[in-house]
Amino acid sequence: MQRRNLMRAGLAGMTTFSVGRHALAALNTDAHPADRPRRLVVVFLRGAVDGLNVVVPFSDPAYRSSRPTIGLRAPGQPGGAIALDAHFGLHPALSPLMPLWTAGKLGFVHACGSPDPSRSHFDAQDYMESATPGRKSTQDGWMNRLLGLLPAETGQAGAAPTRGISVGPVLPRIYAGPQPVANLASGDGAGKPTALDRPRVGAAFDKLYAGQDSLSAAYQASRQAHREVMDSLQGPEAQAQEMLAANNGAPLPNGFPADAARLARLLRNDVRVQLAFMAVGGWDTHANQGADTGQLASRLQPLGHGLAALAQGLGPVFEDTVILVMSEFGRTVRQNGNGGTDHGHGNVLWALGGPVAGGQIHGRWPGLDPSAQYEGRDLAVTTDYRDVLAQVAARHFGLSDQDLSALLPGHPVHQASSFSLIKG
Amino acid sequence: MSSHPIGLRRRQLLNLCAGLPLAGAPLIASRTVFAQASAVSDAEALHLLNRLSWGPAPGDVMRMQQMGPDAWVDEQLHPQRLPLPEGLTRALDALPFTHLSQRDAVSQYRRAAQQARRDPEAGKEARQEMLKQLSLEAGEARLLRAVGSPHQLQEVMVEFWFNHFNVFAGKGLDRVLVENYEQEAIRPHVLGRFRDLLGATAHHPAMLFYLDNWQSVAPGFQPRHAGAKNAPTGLNENYARELMELHTLGVDGGYSQSDVTELARMLTGWTFDLRAHGSSLFMFDPQRHDMGSKNWLGQTVAARGQAEGEWALDQLARHPSTARHISDKLAQYFVADEPPASLVDKLSRRFTTTDGDIRAVLQTLFASPEFRDPARYGAKFKTPYRYVVSALRASAIPVSNVRPLLGALRQQGMPLYGCPTPDGYKNTEQAWLNPEAITRRVGFASALASGRLSVDRPTESLPPMANRGNDAAPNSPPSPQPQPVDLNSLLATLGSGISGKTRAALQTEPKALQAALVLGSPDFMRH
Repeated sequence: MQRRNLMRAGLAGMTTFSVGRHALAALNTDAHPADRPRRLVVVFLRGAVDGLNVVVPFSDPAYRSSRPTIGLRAPGQPGGAIALDAHFGLHPALSPLMPLWTAGKLGFVHACGSPDPSRSHFDAQDYMESATPGRKSTQDGWMNRLLGLLPAETGQAGAAPTRGISVGPVLPRIYAGPQPVANLASGDGAGKPTALDRPRVGAAFDKLYAGQDSLSAAYQASRQAHREVMDSLQGPEAQAQEMLAANNGAPLPNGFPADAARLARLLRNDVRVQLAFMAVGGWDTHANQGADTGQLASRLQPLGHGLAALAQGLGPVFEDTVILVMSEFGRTVRQNGNGGTDHGHGNVLWALGGPVAGGQIHGRWPGLDPSAQYEGRDLAVTTDYRDVLAQVAARHFGLSDQDLSALLPGHPVHQASSFSLIKG
Repeated sequence: MSSHPIGLRRRQLLNLCAGLPLAGAPLIASRTVFAQASAVSDAEALHLLNRLSWGPAPGDVMRMQQMGPDAWVDEQLHPQRLPLPEGLTRALDALPFTHLSQRDAVSQYRRAAQQARRDPEAGKEARQEMLKQLSLEAGEARLLRAVGSPHQLQEVMVEFWFNHFNVFAGKGLDRVLVENYEQEAIRPHVLGRFRDLLGATAHHPAMLFYLDNWQSVAPGFQPRHAGAKNAPTGLNENYARELMELHTLGVDGGYSQSDVTELARMLTGWTFDLRAHGSSLFMFDPQRHDMGSKNWLGQTVAARGQAEGEWALDQLARHPSTARHISDKLAQYFVADEPPASLVDKLSRRFTTTDGDIRAVLQTLFASPEFRDPARYGAKFKTPYRYVVSALRASAIPVSNVRPLLGALRQQGMPLYGCPTPDGYKNTEQAWLNPEAITRRVGFASALASGRLSVDRPTESLPPMANRGNDAAPNSPPSPQPQPVDLNSLLATLGSGISGKTRAALQTEPKALQAALVLGSPDFMRH
């Protein structure tokens, strides 16, 4: 503890004395579950992932006939889906997630999505992130609103910018709003010293950005987040953990798995981080998406590895974390003329974590019969994604009905849902 | 592996073009002209330079005061009136990959791929080197012009329209076609007619490939080679959707899912032929075309082959929703993140009455009180691209190595030719202002101002790996000391764009830090 503080002082100045204490608090799993900090990680698959090939309705007769070359085979057949239950199977590229399914810590809501009919990526993402489908004028994103509704995790003065974290060079729409959030570079740039870590440079720029304006606020958030991240990612405890993680498996590839592992370390070491967001692109498979192998499979593979690394890296914190994986809409039931799929409607939403009622497919399956399809081409939506958000907010974070209305404006609060994705 | 004969030659040429007066002809101090035209204030001149160009370079404000702002704007709208500096022309000529025809670009790519198949080890490496060189030259061509061309508005509009009709260099064939796309489909039309621009992008193989239309076919299509693997069997609606949503009508422009499908049917057969003989690879293949009649945007469309698609482009280019969508984007880009409705109305009318004459629409925009309103001065937050290019222009650092710039753009989330989605990069504060962005910019400013960024130190265009670190080759100049940015010149160039508050703050800081503080100041983050 003392040695750690000394190390840190050498790295980033004397301003972060409290971090070590919080780090230990996060690791203290003896505390009563209700007292332990709750976390939410959202992984957004931009470009509309083909949910029908992620959680495959292999027993639905219309599935294979609509997808003669890209449809996955039933479990047990060569290249077949991995059986989840008697009707659904998981894409084989996601096999790293099966232990979590078996342990009851991975579940899905199928035929989930937005009530808005838009098949524009950009509008649909916007609606998912504002959580006000059909309404473009909403200024803020739902994760920013959620931050505003959650009590800060520690008694320290002022909101730490790292209560909300995003990985990547830009801040997503989902975080737009008045609550401060910080973003980290993806790749190994996060936690590396910058020009501002040189004391003279840092001091000079601190003076230029000492105001209350939006640029100064961003600058100050960045400085503080950078210090905290340097501590969490570079302290001796973190390094020891990293070695531990590395010993448990093959070295992590670049990209999403590495970023996910880094995020896990940060969440584990810094108790103040309550919400985190990552986006993964490349799901817009209009052509040659493949089946058990091919384009979609090669995208799903690092995603599965990364989510498994996130779960593993969180360690005990995984028990108090919900990870949601969502996408703006699904894709057409029928494959198109190029072995791909076009923009559709309903999709599958994934949930991982200790609080998740896993090992089950939640929601109501509408079937793929042409008469059941949305506008005669897409999987229908039977669960509004906002009902999932409401359940996470109510059961995981303990938000009141009044808070839920503020989080999801215009959406009626359903405390008694038809599904139970979050234990509670 | 062969060395690159162009490397040395180019290195010398780049030095010639670098550091020339950046916004046009040599300065001729003329008292009379000055007296006549000095009506433009420093702040107003800077506003015009900030919005119509990639930011002020040394001498730009003075030149505008000599010419008068109206003449300057008019000159920018007619770039052909100003010659390119000889040094820049020669530097651009010395980028062989940027002059490849569509056919040559594709055949280089295929030849390299074949080689890689024949000799996996050496072939693969050669292919990688070729692709790297190609990306580097595309980046050089774009950035050398952005920093050094006197046709600044043209360069701004190249960026605007490329983004509007975005293609992604990371997708297969587009890696070799993206430069040709910019040169042939975008650049010639950036101040011309919208219909020409739309048509040029619609026929270019980079767009046909990127949004999959090249393989969208009528249901039941039989490929010439029976049993061909992955042969297309039906529609792909990707391009048809984005053509209406992003390129023309806008997402609320009044079309339905059925209109998307019907337009996709009208565009079946719009593809390209890799063995084509002419300079364009575009091909309309009647075999692939859906010969049924269509019902699109409330009209019955009889089967007419390629003419259906051309007619659809005419309809889309003249549609009132398109006029509004394009006007809105231009007003946001040039005036404010939330553009004034009065201006969008005005621009839409001008777009419609001139049949989509982009130059005319811009004339209206630049003359509008909404654009000239001093409340707009310095109110836009720079995109990473604008930040990087404007810093180079203001610093007057001769650019002979764009690699650090391409890296900075990547780090800041705006890799050149690297936007994977068809909507292109946004240009709003909401999209780009974030904590990490400020730190990155400050880091870039510090490196640039101290001379450590090495943009002014020529490197071989792509020395073979074995020779790297062996920079003391014959003809290599001795590695010069990093040249810090000159503070006084920087402050003079940026004028009232750097506030009194920032200037006062500089006084107490070490000399060596001052230029970095100017380029990393809140004032320089905006334009």
